[in-house]
Amino acid sequence: MNKERTFRAILILVGMILSLLLLAIFLSLLWGSFPSIKALGWKFFYSEEWNPITNKFGALPFLIGTLVTSFLALAISFPFSLAVSIYLGEYMRAGKISTLLKVTIDLISAVPSVIYGFWGLIILVPLVRNIEMKLNIPPYGVGIFTATLILSVMVIPYSATIVREVIELVPDDLKEAAYSLGATKYEVIKDVVLPYAKSGIFAGLLLSLGRALGETMAVTMVIGNNNKLPKSLFAPANTMASLIANEFTEAVGNVYLSSLIEMGLLLFIVTAIINIIGKYIINRTTVQMRE
Amino acid sequence: MENAVLRTERLNAYYGESRVVKSVSISVPENKVTAIMGPSGCGKSTFIRCLNRMHELVSGAKIEGKVLLRDKDIYQMESTLVRRKVGMVFQRPNPFPTMSIYENVLAGYKLNGIRLKRSEADAIVENSLRKAAMWDEVKDYLHRRGTFLSGGQQQRLCIARSLAVKPEVVLLDEPTSALDPKATSKIEDLMEELKESVTIILVTHNVGQASRVSDYTAFLYLGELIEFGPTERVFTVPKSKKTEEYLIGKFG
Ligand SMILES: Nc1ncnc2c1ncn2[C@@H]1O[C@H](COP(=O)(O)OP(=O)(O)OP(=O)(O)O)[C@@H](O)[C@H]1O
Ligand SMILES: [Mg+2]
Repeated sequence: MNKERTFRAILILVGMILSLLLLAIFLSLLWGSFPSIKALGWKFFYSEEWNPITNKFGALPFLIGTLVTSFLALAISFPFSLAVSIYLGEYMRAGKISTLLKVTIDLISAVPSVIYGFWGLIILVPLVRNIEMKLNIPPYGVGIFTATLILSVMVIPYSATIVREVIELVPDDLKEAAYSLGATKYEVIKDVVLPYAKSGIFAGLLLSLGRALGETMAVTMVIGNNNKLPKSLFAPANTMASLIANEFTEAVGNVYLSSLIEMGLLLFIVTAIINIIGKYIINRTTVQMRE
Repeated sequence: MENAVLRTERLNAYYGESRVVKSVSISVPENKVTAIMGPSGCGKSTFIRCLNRMHELVSGAKIEGKVLLRDKDIYQMESTLVRRKVGMVFQRPNPFPTMSIYENVLAGYKLNGIRLKRSEADAIVENSLRKAAMWDEVKDYLHRRGTFLSGGQQQRLCIARSLAVKPEVVLLDEPTSALDPKATSKIEDLMEELKESVTIILVTHNVGQASRVSDYTAFLYLGELIEFGPTERVFTVPKSKKTEEYLIGKFG
């Protein structure tokens, strides 16, 4: 039985190391943020000026950039991921089209994000530029709109997978009850399946959101990297993640570097909370549904 | 025999290639309780699921022969309409957990996109719950979820839900097999009352239950209809040896 105990000890050790690592990341971010927190205080969150030369570090443009791109992407992707989930979870659990769709979804999440950024630059940016010219606004091509489009594709797998699983868990006897009352397939989905899967759908949205908030590479490549508060949907902007990626290597000066770290800390906390809530809801609903 | 509401003519039911209901012809008399008896796996559920076109929801399932509801072939009718005219109650109570008791009773309307006036809806809810003998138990909790109800109450709620759409026939598939004896006898009593307004087909593998509540009894064995007649006659002088063996508990 000694082997058994050693094995267990190793497992526990590995788990502890991982948790400690996460804690260490958090603490070092917190530590690195102190100079910025001390120098800027709350102003960091509501000041809209970001100017390393004059030592002004306001995070507002990037907060806005992050929230707008993420929530818009979520709104655009949701109908698609819901449709895919309903199709795979209820309409067609097996079959050629379903397999194709499942593989597609898996691949969407497997493609490295730099590829999305690249694709965005060569295909989407010229397209958006054309739209902007038709609309008579400055034809940057890059900007919030373009970043949103890319993000909305990238986040689909996160909600689609979870929502599909939750939909598959809706008990057959409830669906049978509905059919036996004369409901059509559409009515069963609308009035029985979706209400039952509601919290799972919400959790799926949260996980997609967490993904969108933190996505860096693809967004950095197509958002235009402008540090001003964005004035329109088409304006070049920056998200928190893209700003960090862009400026970290050239950040000289204590507060400059520290304010980037503080931004990282904020992103870390927000995505962690969103993920924890999402996972919590999923656990609770799947446990309930399996009972 | 009385007026037949529902009739099958040489009904065969398949799952893929396997035939599990074999040429069953039966006439179900109006406002009576007809019991379908038989050992496990003999095709009772499959048979009654052909009567409201639930069988075809299983992929690869098919039927041959005819099912006539008041002389109209239900396989020539809209399947959703058939299912409203021929209601169903399942083995495991399955009220909708996302709906209140009130909404559960009206689920048949909501699911079909039928809007009711408030007064109309209230009347249907009260009426159906009264018919299911549970109005007094739940009238103060109508807007709470049905999940706190006991198993027997949940099953009666399901009965109320199927009665609410005013079916002509209600199919009950072993409605008491998940319930305790007290809840069971309550539902058995209920069937006695219900048959005044609706025709009942009751699947049961409980011989005692068939003898207590049914007016007619059918005995299915390996998918075939072995015997069908007034319950008293079937139980006292079964025509078939198989029926007799089943009744005295030799198998099943
Ligand atoms: N979905 C299905 N696919 C394939 N075969 C099935 C399916 N459902 C039932 N069967 C088979 O059809 C036969 C009849 O099943 P059915 O459920 O109608 O029997 P039953 O008399 O209701 O049994 P029980 O008393 O156990 O409920 C059985 O042999 C069963 O294995
Ligand atoms: Mg059965």
